[in-house]
Amino acid sequence: MSSLDSVFAAYVLGWAVFFVFYLTVARRTATLDKEVERLKNTLNRGK
Amino acid sequence: MGKRALAGAVVVFLMGAAAYASFYIAPEEKTMHVLQRIFYFHAATAWAGMTALFIGFVANLLYVWRREGKWDALGVACAEVGLACFTVVLITGPIWAKPAWGIYWTWDARLTSTFILWLLYVSYLLLRTLIEEPDRRALLSALFGIFAFIDVPIVFGAIRWWRTQHPAPVIMGGPGSGLDPTMSKVFFFSVFALHCLVVFLINERYRLEKLRAKFEIVRREAEAI
Repeated sequence: MSSLDSVFAAYVLGWAVFFVFYLTVARRTATLDKEVERLKNTLNRGK
Repeated sequence: MGKRALAGAVVVFLMGAAAYASFYIAPEEKTMHVLQRIFYFHAATAWAGMTALFIGFVANLLYVWRREGKWDALGVACAEVGLACFTVVLITGPIWAKPAWGIYWTWDARLTSTFILWLLYVSYLLLRTLIEEPDRRALLSALFGIFAFIDVPIVFGAIRWWRTQHPAPVIMGGPGSGLDPTMSKVFFFSVFALHCLVVFLINERYRLEKLRAKFEIVRREAEAI
């Protein structure tokens, strides 16, 4: 691997880690958001 | 465009600008040439990771003192973001090390203490999954987080106290250390961009933890009916 390839690999993999981390947080937030809404609707129907 | 989307767009722009500056504005270093450009991402990520872990450490102390859920939420948000940063550091470091030293890894003081730091924060997150009761989970993980943070000054000081494989510090390294003025500007701009990214990610992760608390309240209400 040339030096330039190493530099590109470092930047691309580093960015990928942050991007994947952001995606997992966004996905967990969206799932939980839906679950809260579902529970709220269930509660409202029960009242 | 919402505030969070705007903040995300600004962070992406800053990260792109930092990468551009690292490749096209910073002058080429005399011994490592283009390879040295990894420094602007690798070292800046380590600094931002240490900042995240420091905020988490303060949040853990505040939780132990005040027992308020918001400090537990901030503590775990910072631990996850700090862990992501040190994952990047542990990936970019060996990529730089192989062409520079001829090896991907060696058990020198800086590398070993960084790897231990990574393991400590993985353990912190695993610990949280093992305790069901929320107050007990928050207290034990805050205490473990305070203990884990002890390694951060060791990581910082390792290349100052012991001379091993990892290069000596070029910033805050005492007499003889230092960077070319343009390199220095690019490095501190990268540090700024990575800190903005860390603040953005902590905020997103903190939001998730607050939503979890809200979910628990609604779930208990639903169970009570």
